[in-house]
Amino acid sequence: MNIIACVKQVPDTEAQIKVKADGSGIEEGQIKWVMNPYDEFGVEEALKLKEKNGGDVTIVCVGPARAMETIRTALAMGADKGVHICDPAFDNADAFVVANALAAAIKALPHDIIFCGQRAIDDDSGQVGAMLAEALNLPQLTLVTKLEFAGSSVKVIRPIEGAQLSIETALPAVVTCQKGLNEPRYASLPGIMKAKKKPVDVKNAAAIGVATDAKARVAKTVPPPARPPGKIICGDEPAQKAAELGKLLREEAKAI
Amino acid sequence: MDFWLKDEQKMLRYNIREFAEQEIAPVAMELDEKEEFSCDLTRKMAKLGLFGIYVPAEFGGAGMDYLSYIIAVEEICRIDGSHGATVAAGNSLGIGPIYYYGSKKQKNEWLPRLCAGEILASFGLTEPNAGSDAGASKTNARLENGQWVVNGSKIFITNSTSKMAGICTVQAITGTKGQKVGPYGSIETKEVSCILVPNGTPGFTTKKMTKKMMWRSSDTGELYFDDCRVPEENLLGKRGEGFHQMLQTLDNGRLAIAAMGLGGAQGAYELAMKYAKARKQFGKPISTFQINAFKLADMATEIEAARNLLYKACYLKDQGKPFGKEAAMAKLYCSEVMGRVTNEALQIHGGYGLMKEYNIERFYRDYKLLTIGEGTSEVQRIVISRRIGCFETD
Ligand SMILES: Cc1cc2nc3c(=O)[nH]c(=O)nc-3n(C[C@H](O)[C@H](O)[C@H](O)COP(=O)(O)OP(=O)(O)OC[C@H]3O[C@@H](n4cnc5c(N)ncnc54)[C@H](O)[C@@H]3O)c2cc1C
Ligand SMILES: Cc1cc2nc3c(=O)[nH]c(=O)nc-3n(C[C@H](O)[C@H](O)[C@H](O)COP(=O)(O)OP(=O)(O)OC[C@H]3O[C@@H](n4cnc5c(N)ncnc54)[C@H](O)[C@@H]3O)c2cc1C
Repeated sequence: MNIIACVKQVPDTEAQIKVKADGSGIEEGQIKWVMNPYDEFGVEEALKLKEKNGGDVTIVCVGPARAMETIRTALAMGADKGVHICDPAFDNADAFVVANALAAAIKALPHDIIFCGQRAIDDDSGQVGAMLAEALNLPQLTLVTKLEFAGSSVKVIRPIEGAQLSIETALPAVVTCQKGLNEPRYASLPGIMKAKKKPVDVKNAAAIGVATDAKARVAKTVPPPARPPGKIICGDEPAQKAAELGKLLREEAKAI
Repeated sequence: MDFWLKDEQKMLRYNIREFAEQEIAPVAMELDEKEEFSCDLTRKMAKLGLFGIYVPAEFGGAGMDYLSYIIAVEEICRIDGSHGATVAAGNSLGIGPIYYYGSKKQKNEWLPRLCAGEILASFGLTEPNAGSDAGASKTNARLENGQWVVNGSKIFITNSTSKMAGICTVQAITGTKGQKVGPYGSIETKEVSCILVPNGTPGFTTKKMTKKMMWRSSDTGELYFDDCRVPEENLLGKRGEGFHQMLQTLDNGRLAIAAMGLGGAQGAYELAMKYAKARKQFGKPISTFQINAFKLADMATEIEAARNLLYKACYLKDQGKPFGKEAAMAKLYCSEVMGRVTNEALQIHGGYGLMKEYNIERFYRDYKLLTIGEGTSEVQRIVISRRIGCFETD
């Protein structure tokens, strides 16, 4: 079975994000970079499928040189090889460019199932998995919390409001992973050593033959506005305080 | 000079930090309170590859260098000393002697199971009347019909009594060598050998030691040998090499104890820094009062110096150079740094620091083993003063 897991390198969830003075992006100097947590679910599910059914797991990543660390982490978890699409031309890539680059790289690889995170925690756009499926002309199973493999098809669970959908499709297909799908493993120490010897193919935009012109352009990055101070409603009478709260919610916050 | 860690060392540090914060931190306080050794957590640590870090892959280890092992211990002790102790003793004292001195057969028999964390090995050196003066030990073994017959007892032996304890490297007197008297005891008069004794061998019993002040979720035991028989081939290395093996094992082990001091100091410092920035008195965070700011500055400085000394000692070992003096210095310095850091880190916590709810009191207690175990601070000073030539007068 040929399994692909796409990974993105993102700032650690605990990193303090500072916006550059000129608004052209964020300060990268002090940031600790990690694998996008939703992609970890994808890598874990890929490894579980491989352990059960045989085959191999290829990691595909679009990102700058530092993203190699994230690919190595996935290899240390147990993936077999990597493809690193690395080109300064991707520095301002949007979801469309990234999805097309991934698609171009994946077309050149045998693939039965492709895992992505449901979104990346840095820009939160949540589009790459779906666009990738379109670019490859494959069925897409999004926000998956359970996956069962049955030879040439998969059956997945996707939660929706108040219920859950059970969807089945023939392979190959693209699956985007949601929290709850599995518990990603830690890369073991022997795994870290083995990862050093696993092959990673580094390719630029020309080598995979994709355009790098983004459809969307980030005009400016601004920090979120400082939160205004909260208001405490004083008084002894609960009923009176509730009435005051209702009034403020209606008139001041315009929430109701 | 190159101070950069290798990519795999950086990845290892990050991974173990994640593991320690996610898996050990949530249960450390409760296990300490209940004085409970957790097989479950020890197996999880084994799954991560924390046993046999420097053992080659052919025996089931990770095949990393010694510095990688030291960083692993440091990261665990940043969160909890007891679990650092399980790992440090498991590697330095348990796996170490078998890996360094075992025959091919012994290595094949024990290392894969030890590296997989199926069982733990212990190192039985200390006796009720032989601590710093290890040469005064009385446990003996005589050869009888192709079997060693072991008699005696050991005390304070880490990883020796839990359900996971599988084998002990026992230091025993196997004969006499001559009458020369050494400067700190009659060490050279006896022939000392190390013998592998599996837990469960008839005549070998263990008893868990409880009511410890520190390392409360690490397994410490007393061992009793009563006509305990093991095959002659359980001798580790050559007969009479036990004392030498023990000294080398302790040289290696000191690096791990130093790592425990370094990691514990780092953890305590981080707790103090976080608390000092959040706690307000007189209208300001207490970290902005110069006396506290200076305490934190001193901690950061001493930790940096301790880390450089320890990593240098590991570098020497990894390069195959002599490192005994530096290992003793690192053990002495890192453990004493942790003492100073935990003392001030608790002070910065004020009254709350004395309460169990704030982890800092556990660091304050756990520190104290480090100036005592695997050679007290006084013994380290003896080792260092010898190596720098204090006693070579004419
Ligand atoms: C939790 C724990 C785990 C341990 N794990 C192990 C283990 O796995 N295996 C093992 O074999 N041992 C283990 N030990 C034993 C440990 O190594 C000894 O406690 C240590 O070597 C000190 O010996 P002692 O306790 O007998 O103290 P003593 O040797 O009696 O020392 C008492 C005091 O006298 C000082 N002193 C002794 N001799 C001299 C001298 N010549 N000059 C100056 N001062 C001196 C010491 O520095 C110390 O301050 C462990 C101990 C503890 C507490
Ligand atoms: C067992 C116990 C019994 C107690 N019994 C009583 C009792 O019976 N009655 C009672 O009223 N209280 C009692 N206390 C409270 C005790 O007096 C306080 O804990 C103590 O005054 C310190 O206050 P704190 O814990 O809030 O620490 P903080 O005041 O928050 O101090 C934290 C740290 O900041 C430092 N710091 C604070 N301000 C400054 C500054 N301006 N400049 C430099 N450094 C500063 C402190 O020295 C300390 O190191 C008790 C406490 C304990 C633990």
